[in-house]
Amino acid sequence: MSTIALVGNPNVGKTAVFNALTGLNQSTGNYPGVTIDRKRGRVDTGAGNPPMTLVDLPGTYSLAAHAPDEMIVVDVLLDQQRGEEEIDGLLVVLDASNLERNLYLLSQLIELDKPLVIALNMMDIASRRAIQIDIPLLSRLLQTPVVPVCAHKGLGIAELRTALGQLAWGALEPPPVRATFPAEQQAALDQLQELLLNRRGQLGRNIPRLEAFRILVDEGGYAEQRVLKLFSKSFPTELQKLRHQARTMGGNLAAQEARVRYGWVRGVLEQAVVFPPVRKRTRSEQIDNYLIHRVWGTLFFVGIMAVLFQCIFTWAVPVMELIESGIGSLGALLGAGMNEGMLRSLLVDGIIAGVGSVLVFLPQILILSFFIAVLEDFGYMARAAFLMDRLLGWCGLSGQSFLPMLSSFACAIPGILATRTIRDRRDRFTTILVAPLMSCSARLPVYTILIAAFVPAERYLSGLIGLQGLTLFFMYCLGVVVAVPASWILRKTLFRGDQPPFILEIPSYKIPQARTVFRKVYREGREFLVRAGTLILAVTIVVWALAYFPRSPEIAETFEAQRATIELVSATPEQRAEELRQVNFDESATYLRESYLGRAGRWIEPVFTPLGWDWRIATATIASFPAREIVIATLGTLFHLGSEVDEADRSLITTLQDAKHPDGTPLFTFAVALSIMVFFALCCQCAATLAIIKRETRQWRWPLLCFTYMTVLAYVASWIMYNAAVGLGWD
Amino acid sequence: MQRTLDQLKINEKGVVASLYGNGATQQRLLEMGVSDGAEVEVLRYAPLGDPMEIRVRGFHLSLRKAEAALVLLEESAG
Repeated sequence: MSTIALVGNPNVGKTAVFNALTGLNQSTGNYPGVTIDRKRGRVDTGAGNPPMTLVDLPGTYSLAAHAPDEMIVVDVLLDQQRGEEEIDGLLVVLDASNLERNLYLLSQLIELDKPLVIALNMMDIASRRAIQIDIPLLSRLLQTPVVPVCAHKGLGIAELRTALGQLAWGALEPPPVRATFPAEQQAALDQLQELLLNRRGQLGRNIPRLEAFRILVDEGGYAEQRVLKLFSKSFPTELQKLRHQARTMGGNLAAQEARVRYGWVRGVLEQAVVFPPVRKRTRSEQIDNYLIHRVWGTLFFVGIMAVLFQCIFTWAVPVMELIESGIGSLGALLGAGMNEGMLRSLLVDGIIAGVGSVLVFLPQILILSFFIAVLEDFGYMARAAFLMDRLLGWCGLSGQSFLPMLSSFACAIPGILATRTIRDRRDRFTTILVAPLMSCSARLPVYTILIAAFVPAERYLSGLIGLQGLTLFFMYCLGVVVAVPASWILRKTLFRGDQPPFILEIPSYKIPQARTVFRKVYREGREFLVRAGTLILAVTIVVWALAYFPRSPEIAETFEAQRATIELVSATPEQRAEELRQVNFDESATYLRESYLGRAGRWIEPVFTPLGWDWRIATATIASFPAREIVIATLGTLFHLGSEVDEADRSLITTLQDAKHPDGTPLFTFAVALSIMVFFALCCQCAATLAIIKRETRQWRWPLLCFTYMTVLAYVASWIMYNAAVGLGWD
Repeated sequence: MQRTLDQLKINEKGVVASLYGNGATQQRLLEMGVSDGAEVEVLRYAPLGDPMEIRVRGFHLSLRKAEAALVLLEESAG
């Protein structure tokens, strides 16, 4: 079966073409060593034709690569990527409304010397802008089939299949057209190829001519870096000499390449395309006069963000409560049908409560990814990056970090995955390391319950602003405010270097396609569920075991005796039931106190005393390092409740309010509650986030660093908060 | 005195003469069509004054003033 690569600029509707051609026959994976999605699908090329595999490559403006991730496209196209099948041909998607820059990439792709088919997408936009394209002539000039399509409407897809069928039969030749480079450059390239051929032993492979071209032209580019590592000192000098020889015009070789290619593009356009004599303002430009206007654009941006957060934190609540009660009843149902014992505890208190506490966040994840997918498809995200670039620039980041940061308010994991679009490695890693500081939805239950219990319900400004709401707002701001110096410091130390360029296409607005949006939401949701079912499940079992074992027989005997006494002494059945309930709570609390986890908590208590905490808060905090939402369940068990509590449970709130130090003073004060909340706001208590950081950075040191700096930060900030609050008399 | 792209006002047009510097930033600008002979027009500046949005070769591009300062324009007739 032949393999065809799908290539094109970003924002040309490549995904829509891929989806239209492959339908549901898709699979995704990863290229080894880099975080590029490896998407492939099967294409039916019509009756009697052999099916083919379509490999979707990331959108690119050029084959010049400055980072390993960008080099993947070149390596796959040149059949230099180990473990990948040979590419038999290309399907190039061009934006008909933006042909000039799109043909630049095509002029590079033609040099791969493979047969190709061109899908001329966005024909509707081109005709609306009165751009007339002579398609038969264009096809003759490029000596390649050119198929006009409107991928999102499904127009032209059948014709595209037929053209691909020709490709699959091997009926197409590589087009012989070329942009002509000066003879001096060709000669220098010949010499470079010879040099590389002589060093074949060190390289371990033959360098194709197109790769040699990139080594010659891209000064400091990735193709050059990769071979320089292997060679002696004489090679860079020789390379510089060749570069000097190859230059015939002003400027460097990159400028020469642009001049030659855009010159060739102009030649093609002048023959095959007629542009309107007077350019009318496009619809996108009219929209942008408002949407990125200094005043209206800023207001719109703030409005969109407000709606987004409203959706996540208000509208998702009913669904979340539904899931929660569902999980609760499932636990109760299972619990009722089983005998008291280890297995029941593992299932009900461990697995169902633990995984359930994570599943609850699914609605928020889905809502957020839906919102982001719509805004992205619409073309707004590039504009948000444009609006936010300066603000993020003050932290040493760029506008491209905006989307990952925004996603992190629901969950850091999609946020970290969204950093894949950031080209610069230093920017990307900095964003990954600060994204977990954003207050994700798992922190919300901690805030809600502590605020309800310990923040006075005072209202100011004739009831307009409440202290409780203000505290919640403060917690959300805290992460953002701390992220500013954190990323600034990271960019000045570990990721020191010039600010990378912010050269970003502002694409035309498009109506979001339901299919693309739902596919994205589905993928996001599925990945989240897989994580909940694997990593979080495993972690939950470990925490459960640490909190359950050892089961000392003495404790069992003591409480058995107490129960026996109650049976004998109690006056009424109601009183007996009440007393038995109390004994059962005491028993589970004692078990927890004597468990490995409880012992660890008591052992570590002195560390947390300066924060105003006792061993129970310390234990709950330690137990919630794998997943911070576990803290609610642990606090419940520790403070004499069953393990089935949720944040709406009044009795947990009153129990926490009644909790006392051994000397009788209240354990939780406003100051202690603030200190706990600040700790949870800044600490990286999420094993799933750390695992994703490892996967995305490919090194253990980054999750380790993230964990360490956030924990230290959380401790210090929490100590400052506690002492400041005590100093202000808030205890 | 030759001007650079960052010195253009909103709605002002210019023609690219050459680019300063070398390396990734310069090459990126070139690939995006900001190369000699291209007509550029400044459309707007972001609310905080940076980055800027330009039109080049029929599409819209956002870049920072620092990057626009690398783009040398031809001396205009008027």
